[in-house]
Amino acid sequence: MRELIIGLGSCGIAAGGLTVKETLQTLGKEASLDLSIGETGCMGMCYAEPMVEVRADDGSRTIYGWVDAAQAKAIFERHILGSKETDAQCAPLLTSTGAGSEQGFLDRQVRLVLARCGAIDPESIDAAIGMAAYEGLKRALGAMSPPEVIAEVIASGVKGRGGAGFSTGLKWKFAAGYEADQKYIICNADEGDPGAFMDRSILEGDPHSVIEGLIIGGYAIGATKGYIYARAEYPIAIRRLKIAIRQAEVRGFLGKDILGSGFDFTLTVKEGAGAFVCGEETALIESIEGKRGMPRIRPPFPAERGLFDKPSNINNVETLANIGWILRNGASAFAAYGTDESHGTKVFALAGKVKKGGLVEIPIGMTIRDVVYEIGGGTVSGKPLKAVQMGGPSGGCIPAELMDTVIDYKSLAETGAIMGSGGMVVMDADNCMVDIARYFLQFTQSESCGKCTFCKIGTMRMLELLERITEGKGIEGDVEQLEYLSHQIKTNALCGLGQTAPNPVLTTIRYFRDEYDAHIREKKCLTGQCKALIRFAIVPDKCVGCTVCAKKCPVNAILGGSKAPHMIDQNVCTKCGICKSVCKFDAVVVE
Amino acid sequence: MCNNCAENSKYWDAFEEITADWTGDQSALIPTLQKLQDAYGYLPKDIIARLSERTGIFVSQIMGVVTFYSQFRLAPTGKHIIKICFGTACHVIGAENIADAICHELGIQLGGTTEDGLFTVESVACIGCCSLAPVIMIGTEAHGRLTPETARAVIRAFRAREVETACVN
Repeated sequence: MRELIIGLGSCGIAAGGLTVKETLQTLGKEASLDLSIGETGCMGMCYAEPMVEVRADDGSRTIYGWVDAAQAKAIFERHILGSKETDAQCAPLLTSTGAGSEQGFLDRQVRLVLARCGAIDPESIDAAIGMAAYEGLKRALGAMSPPEVIAEVIASGVKGRGGAGFSTGLKWKFAAGYEADQKYIICNADEGDPGAFMDRSILEGDPHSVIEGLIIGGYAIGATKGYIYARAEYPIAIRRLKIAIRQAEVRGFLGKDILGSGFDFTLTVKEGAGAFVCGEETALIESIEGKRGMPRIRPPFPAERGLFDKPSNINNVETLANIGWILRNGASAFAAYGTDESHGTKVFALAGKVKKGGLVEIPIGMTIRDVVYEIGGGTVSGKPLKAVQMGGPSGGCIPAELMDTVIDYKSLAETGAIMGSGGMVVMDADNCMVDIARYFLQFTQSESCGKCTFCKIGTMRMLELLERITEGKGIEGDVEQLEYLSHQIKTNALCGLGQTAPNPVLTTIRYFRDEYDAHIREKKCLTGQCKALIRFAIVPDKCVGCTVCAKKCPVNAILGGSKAPHMIDQNVCTKCGICKSVCKFDAVVVE
Repeated sequence: MCNNCAENSKYWDAFEEITADWTGDQSALIPTLQKLQDAYGYLPKDIIARLSERTGIFVSQIMGVVTFYSQFRLAPTGKHIIKICFGTACHVIGAENIADAICHELGIQLGGTTEDGLFTVESVACIGCCSLAPVIMIGTEAHGRLTPETARAVIRAFRAREVETACVN
């Protein structure tokens, strides 16, 4: 019996995966077949969603992408009904024999963390166990003492994948070193960086990997209670986590005397309520306690006094998803991936103006160029790449000339950006870097919790400067003022949010100073992105009077009769750009 | 019939049910507020006042929490909430134009509610569907790879479907 599997992560659903599922079910019913249609999480190739996989009896896999109703029918006819007719519309992306058109997307990747994502039904613990889930836990609890587990994790060299890059094993050692009647281990799943979706995909695609990491961590540091603090904006992830926790309880991986080791561990999911700063670990602790999520002054660090004033340890989703693999395969196997300085792999959410956006996992040490061009296929517009933004609001924009930078914690920090949690947003020649800086500052400013003055007032002053520059009201000295404020905030803010907030501004000033100068001195936005500095106009010689733009203009700002050149009423125009996008004669220009 | 006002005898039922097992542990405050908002659509003043009585947590403290987190609302919303994603990927591909188109189509500003009470339009930091940017969500339904024009079409189609269902009922 051939099985059909549909990718139903958030991306798959957003792209119409559920409609494809219904279509296949209807086709099955019409043919009076008892069709087996399974679900899986993110396959990583978000750009090709909705995706359908056909798994044959012999285990061979054929994966199709961009599936619509017609293609679903073709897939059904070919694989289920056995029709020999080949439809050109129905070429597979990937096959077990490596013959698919999109093989290149996977060739350079190494999938340790994402091994099960997109390969298993995330709501089936048997499917996860069939692919080695909980084997690391069995080894840890069966054959190792807590200090031995910590030693193994230290030896693996795995670092916090949430962005800070601190040794996970050392962090565990600190928490293990404090004696208390109760300790906690917390999974930070409050993935708030705009442009990042690694943690969502892991939780949606393979929740057991995170649960396994938490139990092992709890055992190592002596915590019997765990929390997963997840963004409320991720309903599918939360639902699947809760299902997975129940399943793990039934199988005896959670609860009392786990696997006969005498170790007890329970796990609770806490839903966040929408506050970026709660990704900061002490703010997250405050939030779990039911308070406003404002960071605490450190020391004491959470390892000494954290949740409910007890020793606590907080790790990010991807970090924890590595732990089972490390315990199963050993520290040296893990250290075989990556560079001397940073071991293992890193998951990135590749998005923006890239041809093949999705979830990619690469060995640390690959260059940015390889990720963007060899995996991502370059820019979607075909225009030159301008920059890659890494690390979200805490990171920076790395310019095209630094594309050969190696992806590891140290090399990225040298560019002024950071490894970050894994957002990688590609920008092409059409993106204004001053606008990008303003965008991030607006984000951090509105998410600043207001506790410390440098962040609360400083980011506001920076935002005001950036707004006036993008509105063409900047004055000489504004850039220097931005730099001054940046350094003040970086050195004096209380938590990571404030300390890193100036990074997008500093990196764009460092690499794209000419754009700032053009905005300030010439009142020009070289890319035409800053609306206050541009106007749309129609070139009379090119306009044939086809009236398409006038009909499409949502505010009726385009005047002129049929077959006569049109013109735009600047008082009415909202600069939405629809006229430019619909004109077949390139008659609409940005001035 | 009014489901959402104090005159209705059933108005307090949901409140009673949700707060019945309050144990005095403040860490349950945020989940309790989330459940109350699910039941009432927002957090009405009288509900917050009674929650304060029930829990012994000052109204000012509850309000401090409510106003800190973007999820909580102090005013009712339209029947469907349209969330326009302003994540980085959506921003670089033109989220602002999508927002302009949708607001123009509905005749409201970001954060506003249409006169017929059908839609409230909000911006969100990131939905996490970055590869399908630009993205919006209507209720729990996500729509990706939009242009200003297709965004308008999505809204029109949704409204038409809504009117149709209303007629059938």
